[in-house]
Amino acid sequence: MDRIHDMGGKQGFGQMPELTDAPPFAEAWEGKAFVIGALAARIAGTNLHAFRHAIERVPPDEYLVGYWNRWTIGAQIMMEDSGIVTDEEVRARAARLTGRDVPEPSPPTPRKPEMPSGGAGNLRSVETPRAFALGDRVRVADLDPAGHTRLPRYVRRHTGTVTALQPCQVFPDTAAHFVGENPQHCYTVQFDSRELWGPDAEPFRLSIDLFEPYLEPVT
Amino acid sequence: MTSETEHIDPALRVEALASLLTERGLLDEATVDNFIKTYEQSVGPMNGAKVVAKAWTDPQYRARLLADGTAAIAELGFKGPQGEHIIVLENTPTMHHVVVCTLCSCYPWPVLGLPPSWYKDPAYRSRMVREPRRVLREFGLDLDDNVEIAVHDSSSEVRYMVLPQRPAGTEDATEEELAALVTRDAMVGVAKVAAP
Repeated sequence: MDRIHDMGGKQGFGQMPELTDAPPFAEAWEGKAFVIGALAARIAGTNLHAFRHAIERVPPDEYLVGYWNRWTIGAQIMMEDSGIVTDEEVRARAARLTGRDVPEPSPPTPRKPEMPSGGAGNLRSVETPRAFALGDRVRVADLDPAGHTRLPRYVRRHTGTVTALQPCQVFPDTAAHFVGENPQHCYTVQFDSRELWGPDAEPFRLSIDLFEPYLEPVT
Repeated sequence: MTSETEHIDPALRVEALASLLTERGLLDEATVDNFIKTYEQSVGPMNGAKVVAKAWTDPQYRARLLADGTAAIAELGFKGPQGEHIIVLENTPTMHHVVVCTLCSCYPWPVLGLPPSWYKDPAYRSRMVREPRRVLREFGLDLDDNVEIAVHDSSSEVRYMVLPQRPAGTEDATEEELAALVTRDAMVGVAKVAAP
């Protein structure tokens, strides 16, 4: 899904902010926001991938307001999907908290997803052998899935080298949509910066962890 | 959530959500307080700093840490959410590792706590994979041209932490004194550890 969250290589976001040694929560509400998001998957009967997908669906203007804002709205979207709250309820409650006497809509009927799960965490084992080995040249497929994916746009169609074999993991692209964990092999793929950004790029190497369905052999 | 509806102040939205969830028995104050306290006091970069200081003073631990980060970090009691599989990247005089998450803000919570604001900033997430040397310079880290830069985009459940170089002049420092020198920024790779 080609949305605002896929930021790698985008231009126009300005200078680096200051490196500060601030505490995790600058204001009290941020701590509470963190907890709501941290518990949202449990409350909504979903998973971490669905939470990331919900944050990706936060409208761009709200997304850019700040981290805890998009985190909170993402949690709300996921809870809306599971019939835990509605946006109308949240707006009505917010209005009442600020002293406006608005009627409160009735709560929704919960509809938590049917979700096949292989247990806690995201590391799994896979029976099928790996398609790629250390040192293999691989091309990132030209994929643009309609839903959640962990394939950033900036590496699509580019060629790199497998530099590490990572543990097999739940496949975010299917788990986020509750159609199965579908565990996949995972690889660290290294790209030369000039492959990604052209001949005038700063020289450096870029490593990224990619699931097997994202990769094609280079023949 | 529809885009045509008006923006709610984030603090007010959190209050509204918390109040609805509490009413429904899905959230309670003790849980909220406990979570906040954990990430304010127990889970933070002071954990990673202990890992680094031990690696600097114990060559066998350093070897274990680089071979299996998750297990070596767990030896010190650090594990939990966002730490299922942690890889430790060693910075050297000629190789500088730095970590980013372009798609969200993935970060190794058990060793570094929750990410700082700059790590979650669109400028960092967009530019670190495109012009790292310039980004590091803006942060105040001017690397020599002969230092190779390796950028790691945290796109799976693997998490990365940088083992910074031990600063000169710390030969006599104790593990505890060394841990006090190690900063969060150095363990992400946007700074070096300064000599005392």
